[in-house]
Amino acid sequence: MKYKHWLLALWVLIVFALHQDVWNWTKPGPLLFGLLPPGLTYHLGYSVLAAITMALLVRFAWPAHLEDEAPGDPQPPTDQP
Amino acid sequence: MIPAIVVFIYLAIILYVGMFAFRRSTGSKEDFFLASRSLGPWVFLLTVFGTNMTAFAILGSSGLAYQRGIGVYGLMASSSGLIIPLTIFLIGTRLWSLGKKHGYLTQVQYFRDRWECDGIGTLIFAVTALMMIPYVVIGMMGGGHTLDSLSGGWVPYWLGGAIVAVVVMLYVFFGGMRGVAWVNALQTVLFLCFGAIAFYLISRNLGGYDRIMAEIAADPKDSALLTRARISPQEFFSYTFIPLSAMMFPHMAIMCMTAEKVTSFKRTVVWYPICILLIWLPSVYLGIVAAHQFPGLKLGESDDVILRLLSENTDVIVAGILGAAIMACVMATDSQIMALSTMFSQDVFAHYGGAKKYGENVQVWMGRAFVIVIATISYVLALALEGQKSIFDLAIRFGFSGFAALSPVMLAALFWRRSNKWGALAAVLWVVFSMVLLWWLQLYSNGLAPKPGQSPVPIFAGLGGLFLRTPMNVTIFGYMPVMFMCLGSAFWMALVSLLTPAPTRATVEKFFPPSSPKPLPTT
Repeated sequence: MKYKHWLLALWVLIVFALHQDVWNWTKPGPLLFGLLPPGLTYHLGYSVLAAITMALLVRFAWPAHLEDEAPGDPQPPTDQP
Repeated sequence: MIPAIVVFIYLAIILYVGMFAFRRSTGSKEDFFLASRSLGPWVFLLTVFGTNMTAFAILGSSGLAYQRGIGVYGLMASSSGLIIPLTIFLIGTRLWSLGKKHGYLTQVQYFRDRWECDGIGTLIFAVTALMMIPYVVIGMMGGGHTLDSLSGGWVPYWLGGAIVAVVVMLYVFFGGMRGVAWVNALQTVLFLCFGAIAFYLISRNLGGYDRIMAEIAADPKDSALLTRARISPQEFFSYTFIPLSAMMFPHMAIMCMTAEKVTSFKRTVVWYPICILLIWLPSVYLGIVAAHQFPGLKLGESDDVILRLLSENTDVIVAGILGAAIMACVMATDSQIMALSTMFSQDVFAHYGGAKKYGENVQVWMGRAFVIVIATISYVLALALEGQKSIFDLAIRFGFSGFAALSPVMLAALFWRRSNKWGALAAVLWVVFSMVLLWWLQLYSNGLAPKPGQSPVPIFAGLGGLFLRTPMNVTIFGYMPVMFMCLGSAFWMALVSLLTPAPTRATVEKFFPPSSPKPLPTT
């Protein structure tokens, strides 16, 4: 893997670890805008962070070679045991 | 009754879309089972997401939030927002490429070639098909309950389930994968639009969510719902293994082969977490609101709290439209029926000589016949199992954990050239063994199950905290069994592959061609 792919893999691991927000476990407030408890606000933000992470993967690690490896006329799979 | 009539109109529209897809079909095998691998980026995104937006997501998550609070969003949704698009990115794109290159229609076809073994393919087929059936049954149950609730009991559960089964059966039978894709795309858009309207209207009728949240926070009995006090850290962590199931579900794997180009995946990968947010956040939130509005419901009873909120807080027409949108979600069972039909016709009928003997046309008609058989069996099971288990619990135990535990098999096939059929066999047997063991433990410990809010109890006093029983599940040292099932599957895959002969050179070169870049993504 290239250097930037290692960085991306590390970033994905960090994002994965950030899911475990133990510090929000028993906090019922304060409510954001009077609507969202801290634990829910955090995970709402986490969903946005996940989308940003995916955008980074698409931008910097897209497997473009797969398009070239997939020709128009496929070979049939083995249809007999 | 008016909401139910609106739902019936919606079902008629869905049927029309399915029939319209039938008119576009070419009659070929690839067209019926994979929509001629022609789905563009937006339809692909809406279809893949709609496929996962099920009764489990909508009814199950709000029902669980009712019982356990806001932590359900982190438990089920935000981790899925990372893991599912990641698996689509790593696995889905490669399945698409393999399907296009080698003509695969199912993942079992790939496994048979990759592991150089018929038997392992048949075993994986049997295990995945068995685990899919409960998932389809959940859809039927959701349909029955939805129509029952919306009609105020005028359409009973058994009739609601039958209506859902017939409608789905008809448009899958005629429209095939194209019908499924178009209906799913339409359903996703409908749900997002009408869901937003209903969320606003419920709030207005109740005097604003801020007022309700303030009341919940001030009530010592309910304030725990605004925290994760009713979910243990061990459960919260181990639940992150569940979304690994996504790409092992046959309907998701097959759906990945319908994309026109690999670039069709880009939009899906990036927007998937946001789509999850848009659906799960209101569902979980409404579950909390419902706990305040309708206190005291037990585990299985809380699955229809969204429908109760709709019926009591919106205009009948809006309730009907939203009911139709919820119906759309519970009818995501269409793609599962389609996947099972594809698997039966490709992995069994065609593989064991049917295709060669009877030709492609008969193969397509066999696929259609399987649609009828699967829908009928699922409906009968939905009737037999009514009221026995909550929708969510059923889905977790039988489908999600098992599929998640099979993910190391897929990852090894795609990324580890040294992996072989013996490793795959060991991993699959481990999954089967652990599921049987857990099923037995679940039944054995039913009498010991604590009430909601009480601490887990040891199942065997002599083993300490090894096997604990919570109100809903068996846990291992407090962690969900899915974690140990996944780790065990990966362990057996690696160990047995290393102890047995490597795959043949021809197979390695076929799936890891020397000219291609390394398996992990490169630019």
